[in-house]
Amino acid sequence: MSSPPADDIAVQAEHVSKTFRLPREQVSTLKERVLHPTRGQRTEALLALQDVSFEVARGEVFGIVGRNGSGKSTLMKCLAGIYRADAGEMWLRGRMAPFIELGVGFNPDLTAHDNVLINAVMLGLTPDQARERYGSIMDFAELHEFAELKLKNYSSGMQVRLAFSVMVHVDAELLLIDEVLAVGDAAFQQKCYDVLDRARSEGKTILLVTHDMEQVQRFCDRALLLDRGRVVAVGHSRSVARQYTQLNFAAPDERESLVRAAALAARNDDVVVIIDAWAQSEAAGRTTVLEPAEASGMATRVRFVSPAADPVFVFSITDEHQRRIMSMSTERQGFSTGSHAADDEVDVAVGFVNHLSPGRYWLSVHVSEPAGGELLAFREDVYSFLVSGTGWGSVAVDLPHGFLLTPAPTMNEVAGER
Amino acid sequence: MSADAYRVQGPSALGAGDRRRLWNLTRTLAATDWKVRFYGSTLGYVWSLLRPLMLFGIVYFVFSEVLKAGAGIDHYGVILLLAMILYFFFSEVTGAGVTSMVDRESLLRKVGFPRAVVPLSVALVAAMNLALNLVVLAIFVLASGVEPRWTWLLLPIPFLLMLVFATGVAMLLSALYVRYRDVRPIWEVILQALFYATPILYPIEAVVAQSQTLAKIALLNPIATLVQESRHLLTGAPSPAVVLESDALLLVPLAILVGATWLGVRVFERMAPLAAEEL
Repeated sequence: MSSPPADDIAVQAEHVSKTFRLPREQVSTLKERVLHPTRGQRTEALLALQDVSFEVARGEVFGIVGRNGSGKSTLMKCLAGIYRADAGEMWLRGRMAPFIELGVGFNPDLTAHDNVLINAVMLGLTPDQARERYGSIMDFAELHEFAELKLKNYSSGMQVRLAFSVMVHVDAELLLIDEVLAVGDAAFQQKCYDVLDRARSEGKTILLVTHDMEQVQRFCDRALLLDRGRVVAVGHSRSVARQYTQLNFAAPDERESLVRAAALAARNDDVVVIIDAWAQSEAAGRTTVLEPAEASGMATRVRFVSPAADPVFVFSITDEHQRRIMSMSTERQGFSTGSHAADDEVDVAVGFVNHLSPGRYWLSVHVSEPAGGELLAFREDVYSFLVSGTGWGSVAVDLPHGFLLTPAPTMNEVAGER
Repeated sequence: MSADAYRVQGPSALGAGDRRRLWNLTRTLAATDWKVRFYGSTLGYVWSLLRPLMLFGIVYFVFSEVLKAGAGIDHYGVILLLAMILYFFFSEVTGAGVTSMVDRESLLRKVGFPRAVVPLSVALVAAMNLALNLVVLAIFVLASGVEPRWTWLLLPIPFLLMLVFATGVAMLLSALYVRYRDVRPIWEVILQALFYATPILYPIEAVVAQSQTLAKIALLNPIATLVQESRHLLTGAPSPAVVLESDALLLVPLAILVGATWLGVRVFERMAPLAAEEL
């Protein structure tokens, strides 16, 4: 039993597991139960969620991503109180509204007016609140003139608009959204984005299940990647989106190792913890903007949890297209990092003259045992910085260079040299 | 000003802790069902009174004028209608209740709400129907010249007991039906059997005339007891205790009523939270 989460946490899941028992043979008639009372229902256990833990801060937009059948929707339904988790605990803070599907409770034989009231009450409003907000719901949906039309006479686009409008007016502090935004045309999607942006600016907490990595990178502060019910990664949406893409396009045998590597990275570091990492320049110190050709550097602060001898530090820089531009390793440079006792805290920095071309870059930091030993700590895309200048993004590096123009040698000179 | 954190418990069966939402949803769903029922007809809600008025008129005419059934029994036609109204109430709640959870699958799988809303809204719709039928019955009562008696004030008691019993059975059946789909045909047969086992078309006096023991057995069925008690309160027909020749024996149907309702609630509590997964 755990205690409620800290004040700034809106969602906390701890070791949540959910198993579905799928009958191998459909034994659902009483006769079979009566005829074979001792034969237990043979079932196949489907581990939909295994030991899932994460936290979402208040006001955060948190993505939940994963392939089909990875457990995203099951997790959502557990949080929404539709399924009961088998193990673990979940805590929520603030009024929650689930949007597993648009237009829950819509009845085609009733008018838009009646349907709005039903849907709003299903989503958690009281009937009085629903009646109060009816006007502004119809305004937002721009369907006032069709209020008394039966829903079955609505086009599907109009139905979606109506349902979405209700959703917007159910003012919960915590929104659980399950791929609702995948429907509708481009204009509708834009409207969804605007609403999400507004909800975010109002400080609402949003959990968003999606397949769309662009959406994740655009809207989510952080994200959770699930694979076959297990948490593969929790972190910055960009890095999670990349891991998702890797996982998605990896061959089946590669996938296992990717999942393991990610699980290692996500696990609580027991040797060394990367506390911080940043970019710096001689002129400005810690900075998010590096000038071209400036004496620059990357740095990280780590704490040793247990003693370590000569750990290897690697700084990698990737660009906007997720290409790795540069990798700087203490081991390759023959730089000895020395021995460290538990609770030592050190800063490690690497310096270089900045010849990166203008654009945005991300820094990742690895710490590992020497000579190809085990990975000790790994923070991907932990810091983002900008290289200023013109000629944005068209080339990878901007190495120092000089031009030379000389007359080409004549045929006679060439012949004379022979 | 931060809201309190609360633990997600999974779907609740009976809405513990949030009875207001249970009630709000129940009446919203019931109101929806009620609206859909006569939707598109010109007369609309008028039908909810007109239909029973005409149906009861036919029954009344056929049984007391054509067949001359129940000769020698005071106000046989009215008593017959009362029994039918009560029985059909029970049959409506339980019959529609059986499939209610499955019918509401789309809601159960998309929103977390107290699961009891589903059978309760079915019971509420049937109760509204019962209330209107009783209004129509009142017309027949007055028209056929039944003398008013003070026991009419007690009539809500058997009606309410019937509501409780029917709701309890509906909860039991709706939860079971999610997993065992044979419940529906079985229950249809049982409802048919109960209809004939209950003194509705035939008065209990006719059974007593044949065999006192048989009459006693018939009244151990809580539906029969409640019907007979209502007849007693309405027209002064013999009360169940008189037919049973013992007050103590009344405890048997009462125990069945309480036991079945309790069982229904308990089974529902256990099984309904899993309904979203099993549907």
